Amino acid sequence: MSGFVSPVLIYSLIAPILIVLGGAVLGVLVEAFASRKIRPVLQLSLTIGTLVLALAQLWRIRHETSGGAAMGSVAIDGAGLLMQAGIVFMAILGVFLIADQENFTVLAAAVPGSPEEAHSIKSGEHLTEIYPLTLFAVAGMMLFPISTDLITLFVALEMLSLPLYLMAGLSRRRRLMSQEAALKYFLLGAFSSAFFLFGAAYLYGFSGTVSLSGIGAAVSGSNGNSVFMLIGIGFLSVGLLFKVGAVPFHAWTPDVYQGAPTPVTAFMAAATKVAAFGALLRIFYVGFANAYWDWRPFITVIAIITMLFGSFVAIAQRDIKRMLAYSSIAHAGFLLSGVLAMNKAGLDASIFYLIAYGVATLGAFGVVTLVRDSAGEITDLNRWAGLGKRSPFVATVFATFLLGFAGIPLTSGFIGKFSIFSAAYESGNKAVVIVGVLSSAIAAYFYIRVIVLMFFTDPVEDGTSVIIPSVLTRISIVSAFVLTIFLGVFPTPLLNFISSTAIFIR
Amino acid sequence: MNAANYLYVSALLFTIGAIGVVVRRNAIVVFMCVELMLNAANLAFVTFARINGNLDGQVMAFFTMVVAACEVVVGLAIIVTIYRSRRSASVDDASLLKR
Repeated sequence: MSGFVSPVLIYSLIAPILIVLGGAVLGVLVEAFASRKIRPVLQLSLTIGTLVLALAQLWRIRHETSGGAAMGSVAIDGAGLLMQAGIVFMAILGVFLIADQENFTVLAAAVPGSPEEAHSIKSGEHLTEIYPLTLFAVAGMMLFPISTDLITLFVALEMLSLPLYLMAGLSRRRRLMSQEAALKYFLLGAFSSAFFLFGAAYLYGFSGTVSLSGIGAAVSGSNGNSVFMLIGIGFLSVGLLFKVGAVPFHAWTPDVYQGAPTPVTAFMAAATKVAAFGALLRIFYVGFANAYWDWRPFITVIAIITMLFGSFVAIAQRDIKRMLAYSSIAHAGFLLSGVLAMNKAGLDASIFYLIAYGVATLGAFGVVTLVRDSAGEITDLNRWAGLGKRSPFVATVFATFLLGFAGIPLTSGFIGKFSIFSAAYESGNKAVVIVGVLSSAIAAYFYIRVIVLMFFTDPVEDGTSVIIPSVLTRISIVSAFVLTIFLGVFPTPLLNFISSTAIFIR
Repeated sequence: MNAANYLYVSALLFTIGAIGVVVRRNAIVVFMCVELMLNAANLAFVTFARINGNLDGQVMAFFTMVVAACEVVVGLAIIVTIYRSRRSASVDDASLLKR
C-alpha cells in the first residue's frame, strides 16, 4: 500500500459545475441574511448571473477533451459539454419563468389556510428558497451526463433529484395537490434510486471496478459471472428508465407534472430529460455497448410500449398539464430509439432531439402559466376553447409548440424525429421505427385537437383570461418560440456543430 | 465463511424492502422500506469489495450512507408537511391527483 496520493483536479474543466454550486451556496447565505425587500431581486440576479457565467465557461472549454478532469470520475467530451450547455440554457429559460413568484407559496412550512400563512402573505414575507434549490438541481443535472463511474453517477442522480422533490411541493394554489405530488415524486424516486444502487452493486461485483470503461471492458471479456452482469444492467436500467419516465416506470410523471407549480414542471420536464438521457446514453454507449444483444430486446419492448402507451393515454386527458405529461412519456419512447441505434448518428440525433424537445416543453408550460382566472391557472382543456379568438398571439405560440411536439415540418420536432428514426432504421431497429412513426401519427391527433379547440371553437364566458406576462416570462416564451421555428427551418448549423463535436470518450 | 451467503441476505433484504414499498400504506413505513433496500445494496457492495479484493465497494457504501442521510432529511420534511396539512401519513389518503 503506497502512501496517500493527493488527487489531481483540472479546475478549468469542472469549473462550470463548481460555479453553479458556488452560486447555490451563496444563494443559501442570501436567503438567510439579506433583508426581505431586496432578497427577490438579489436572488434572481445571483441565479441568472451564475448560470450565465457557467455557460460562458462551457463556451471557453468547448474544444477540450479529457478523461482525467477529476481522477477519471468525469469525462469532459463534446457530447457531455453539449448536454451541459443545453441544461444550463434550459435552466436560464426556466428561471425566467420561476421569477414569477406569484406561483410559489410564501411559506412552505406553513399549513395551508393557517393563520401563519395568512400573516406571511399580508406582511409580504416571501421566502425565495426556490432559487438555490434550482441551482443545486442544475449542478446535479450537469454532473449526471458526464459522470464516468458508478459513485459519481449515484451522487449526481441524488443531487438532481432531492431539490426537485422539494420544488414540486412549493405551489401557492392547490397546495394539497402540490404536496401530494412532492410525496409521490419522493417515494417513487427513492424507490428507483434503490434499484439503481442495487444494479450498480452487481455491476461492480461482476467487473470488479466502478468505472464505466472498466465495466465496458469486462462486458466484452469472457471471464466474470454473466448472471451478475444481467442483474446489474437490468436493475440499473430500471432506475434510469424511471427518471426518464418510460412505461412501465412512468406512474409518477402525470401526477408530478400536474401537481407541481407550472414553472417548476417546465424546468423539470425539460432539463431532467436532458440530464437523464445524457447519462443513459453514456452508460449504454460506453459501459454496455458490448452487451448490445443482451439488452436490445428489453429496451426495444420498453421503447415500443412507451411510445404507444403515451400516445394513446394522452388522447383521453382533459387536463392540459396531464396531456403534456403523457406526451412527454411518448417522447421518452422516441428518444429510446436513439439509444437503441447505438451509432454516431443515433447519438447526434438524440442530442438534437433533447434540445429541440426541451426548449419546446419549456415554452409550452410557460404558456400554461399565462391562462388564468381569479382562482389561478386554468388547466382544464374545455376552458381553453376559443383561446385563439381571445388572444391570437398566445394561442399561435402554443400551437407552434404543439406542432413541434407532433413533428410537423418546419418545426424543430420534425428534424428531431426524422434524424432519430433514420438513425434507428440504419442500425436495423425497424420495428421500433415503424411503431414510432405510427404513434407519432396518433400523437398528432391529440395535439391538433387542442389546436382546433383553441381556434375553431367559440369561447365561453367563464372568466378565463390570458394575463399580461412579465418581461422575463415573455423573453422565455418568445425565445423558445423562435428556437422551435429556427431549428425547424435552419437546422444545419446546429446539426453540423453536434455531429462535429459529439463524441463519448472511453 | 462463504461470501455468497451475504449476497443471499442482501437479495432477501432488498426483496423484503421492495415488497414493503408496494404493500404498506403508511408513508413513513414505505420510506423505511426504501432505506432497507439501500442498505441491502450497501451489503452487496461490501461483500463484492471483499470478493473482488479492492476498496471501491466500501467507498461506495460510505457515499450511499451519506446520500441516504440527505434523503431522510428531504423525505421527512415532505412527509411531516403533508401530515400537518392532512393529519394523516397514509399514501392512500393522498389521492387528489386522479388519472
